[in-house]
Amino acid sequence: MSLPKVRVPYLLLFPGFAFLFTFFILPIINLAQTSTQTPIAGGDTGQYEQTLAFSNYVQAFLDNKEQFGRSFLYATLATLFALAIAYPLAYAIAFKSGKFKNILLVLVVAPFFTSFLLRTIAWKQILGEEGFVVPGLRSLHIIGQQTTLTSTSFAVVAGMTYNFLPFMTLPLYASLERIDPRTIEAAGDLYANGITAFRRVTVPLSLPGVVAGTLLTFIPAAGDYVNAAILGSPNTKMIGNVIESRYFKIVDYPTAAALSFTLMAAILILVTLYIRKAGTEELV
Amino acid sequence: MVRSVPAGTRQLVSKDSISARGDLKLTRITKSYGDFTAVDDLTLTIPKGSFFALLGPSGCGKTTTLRMVAGLEEPTVGSIHLGDTDITTTRPYQRPINTVFQNYALFPHLTIFENIAFGLRRRGIKDVKEQVDKVLNLVELPHLAERKPTQLSGGQQQRIALARAIVNRPALLLLDEPLGALDLKLRRQMQIELKWIQREVGLTFVHVTHDQEEAMTMADTIAVMNEGKIEQMGTPADLYDNPKTAFVANFLGQSNLIKGKIEGSDGDNLVVDLFGQKISMPKSRSHAVDNSMYAGIRPEKFRISLVGTPVRGNSLTGGRIEDVSYIGVSTQYVVAMPWGQEVMVFEQNDDGVPPFDKGDEVNISWEPNFTFGLRGDEDIEAGTEVNPEELEEE
Repeated sequence: MSLPKVRVPYLLLFPGFAFLFTFFILPIINLAQTSTQTPIAGGDTGQYEQTLAFSNYVQAFLDNKEQFGRSFLYATLATLFALAIAYPLAYAIAFKSGKFKNILLVLVVAPFFTSFLLRTIAWKQILGEEGFVVPGLRSLHIIGQQTTLTSTSFAVVAGMTYNFLPFMTLPLYASLERIDPRTIEAAGDLYANGITAFRRVTVPLSLPGVVAGTLLTFIPAAGDYVNAAILGSPNTKMIGNVIESRYFKIVDYPTAAALSFTLMAAILILVTLYIRKAGTEELV
Repeated sequence: MVRSVPAGTRQLVSKDSISARGDLKLTRITKSYGDFTAVDDLTLTIPKGSFFALLGPSGCGKTTTLRMVAGLEEPTVGSIHLGDTDITTTRPYQRPINTVFQNYALFPHLTIFENIAFGLRRRGIKDVKEQVDKVLNLVELPHLAERKPTQLSGGQQQRIALARAIVNRPALLLLDEPLGALDLKLRRQMQIELKWIQREVGLTFVHVTHDQEEAMTMADTIAVMNEGKIEQMGTPADLYDNPKTAFVANFLGQSNLIKGKIEGSDGDNLVVDLFGQKISMPKSRSHAVDNSMYAGIRPEKFRISLVGTPVRGNSLTGGRIEDVSYIGVSTQYVVAMPWGQEVMVFEQNDDGVPPFDKGDEVNISWEPNFTFGLRGDEDIEAGTEVNPEELEEE
């Protein structure tokens, strides 16, 4: 009872495709339909009809420009901080950790054993009045005696940096680990000092990891609302928070849907430009 | 495009060490890793302009020696001089030494042109394009300048690795098993080419290999290494014709080593008793320290003759052909001797005489001058158990 060979790949694809179709494609179509609806005249809250109101998009964007801007600013900052922290970490694990390599890798993913939400709430404690950070910084006169850290942009960006750090570290580690150490030796042999060898050989060869890591950090960070909700204030609202409140609090489905699509499109455009610029054929 | 080099770098590379030229001198070098001694009290001078080979089996310390010369490892004890300059502790990028790495270690993200230009750019050389083009022509691959290393075959990568090193005109070029990854035919061709390029550019080449044929083809001088020490150093012919130790006798080609006793002398010759049969050999070729000796004879130096036919030179009687392998240019025989030892004999197929048959009763003979004498306390298996095809050495 042998299947014709050509059918096997389709059979293997089927479960995944069926799943994606049911739980991704269909909801997306549904979301697209919702995004151009308007309230039924005289209807109850939450009752909408399809009127192909593309003006929803314009209105939703104009009302939330600030939150869009903030989302991309915070996501960019968190990505840059995560890169700055993760690169040395991944470098050390890949090249300098010796027998501790596996332990360190486990430690990198260890935070995943706790819920995302719990970890973010823990950051609220860490940065709060009762934590050690604020009193410590105050006694060192780095921040003013009245300054707080919770409910600030700083707290939101710090939370995001922390939460997405493993997504930055692991791809960086993977691409650094793949580098043949002899190419770095060869750079030294060819008159490059340590810094030049790093700049000319290690960094370019780790670029696929940098691109993968920044995307894996930036994309979820741009749509994130948990960090802003828990660690921020009304002044640090990101677009994710707006979408969340439109859906669940104001029951304004069309605006929420339009915002979701706008966010998706914005991320897609940015990511495409970024990949073009980074020029990594290996990524695609 | 010529990039200017930051002032700091320029100063570093224009230090004395970078312009050092002359013989390479290793003085009493030892390198230990914990309890393991990779290189043991090694002293060696490599004359400027020579093609020098460090030959030995895996783990003999040859690669460690090379890495110390390159600056990738620091000796535990001892000093390294290039000309009059002490380079023992200078960083690799401060040494006028370039390496062709075992697996080439080309930069995968750079084009072939930029790979070769790498060293020139670091030193702030002006006419990069001209020099790269010149060396690409030397290795006969000018059409590959814009390719990436992964688009090249193994043999092409090997030449680019060589070009990337020699374009810098180093005082010393180190080759770490440079042909190990190539197939046999390509290896033979590259051996001849490397030798030609070395003459062409006139640089000192230090070549590390486990392949005795490769070392003999290319090098002017070979140092045979074993367990961190140099067993013997000399020209390929010296080492082959007159090995001083059983390790060298067995590692370079094959040897028949027959236990014997020095009975006396006869002018410039020694009279040696091999299981009751007397032979003679030049005194100058004996490395024995007392009257016990292993007489060494290379398999192709032996002649076989049927019992009853006349013989010249030294001869041993009572042999019987045990095995015959015809391999084209020669026929290889295993001959059982009366004392139980089996000796190898290679006969050229050039005399029109049909080969001997298994079971033939024969005598073997050879010219006395081809005999070499080893100390009687040698381990005659030394150097035979290593697998010369063994490649990776860390």
